[in-house]
Amino acid sequence: FSPVGKMFRPVVRLSTSGVRSLTRTRPCYSAPLASRCYSHAKVETDEEFDARWVTYFSKPDIDAWELKKGMNTLIGYDLVPEPKILDSALRACRRLNDLASAIRILEAVKDKSGPHKDIYPYLIQELQPTLIELGISTPEDLGMDIL
Amino acid sequence: MLHLTTGRVGCLLSKQAVVALTSSGARMSSHGHHEVSDSVDMSQPMYWDRLDTPLPDRPWKDVLDSTDKSLKQKEKGPWTALSKEEKIALYRLKFNHTYPEMKRPSHEWKTVIGGMFIFFGITGLVVFWQGHYVYPPQPHTFGEEWQAKQIQRMLDMRINPIEGFSAQWDYKNKQWK
Repeated sequence: FSPVGKMFRPVVRLSTSGVRSLTRTRPCYSAPLASRCYSHAKVETDEEFDARWVTYFSKPDIDAWELKKGMNTLIGYDLVPEPKILDSALRACRRLNDLASAIRILEAVKDKSGPHKDIYPYLIQELQPTLIELGISTPEDLGMDIL
Repeated sequence: MLHLTTGRVGCLLSKQAVVALTSSGARMSSHGHHEVSDSVDMSQPMYWDRLDTPLPDRPWKDVLDSTDKSLKQKEKGPWTALSKEEKIALYRLKFNHTYPEMKRPSHEWKTVIGGMFIFFGITGLVVFWQGHYVYPPQPHTFGEEWQAKQIQRMLDMRINPIEGFSAQWDYKNKQWK
């Protein structure tokens, strides 16, 4: 089992497709269907997205509010975060001496995976070195994954 | 401000997230939920159990006794030094329900279906009573004899003789086809 890095890339990205922008300053080409007037805003690539979030959680003096805000926002997106983002978030928990939130984050990403049962084991596999290093037990280890 | 009223209507209107967020009055404990909450002061940071918002504004247990405090101190050191029970205890200090507990099925559907049938039953009783006490007598044209004479007249008049009514009647053998 060797997942390609892009395998779990978010599929749906914001609203940059299928939006017909009818600005006055940018007239649409009156060409047939093939030419669409998409927004001319720059689309963030997956790598840029990941890098931005890794940087967010890597802030050395991140505070509890920023961690909460970051995680809640991230979980609000229509995607499962990449292991490197989660790694950064778990390390932020360590800096904040917050083991409970670290476990909560693992629960949350498992729930985010929805019906795709293979995502969470992959994440845990990728995060294993960090989990061991920081001493974070998974919910499964603690018997908290069942009622 | 969302209030849950006691009884069926409240249960029918409640959703999992709202239930945990805020409530006043008691939820039906026969549903399998075991918490009864008082009204929440919404001017303070709130706690919530939500699948889509994992980290609430405040921890579950705000007031820590000395055991909790010493555990919190230990949390500042390496987590490898914590036992499983201690880790679980730390989680339970900060959070009320785990994700599986949040997602646990409730017995609410039984109340919903039961309530539905009760209302059907009451409606049935009302309809029956209405039929007996409210409706006027049936027109005389509904009677057996009149209906028979009516059908005979229709056949005599050859109503819809090609594809319809009279077409179904076998005039030779005087019976329906």
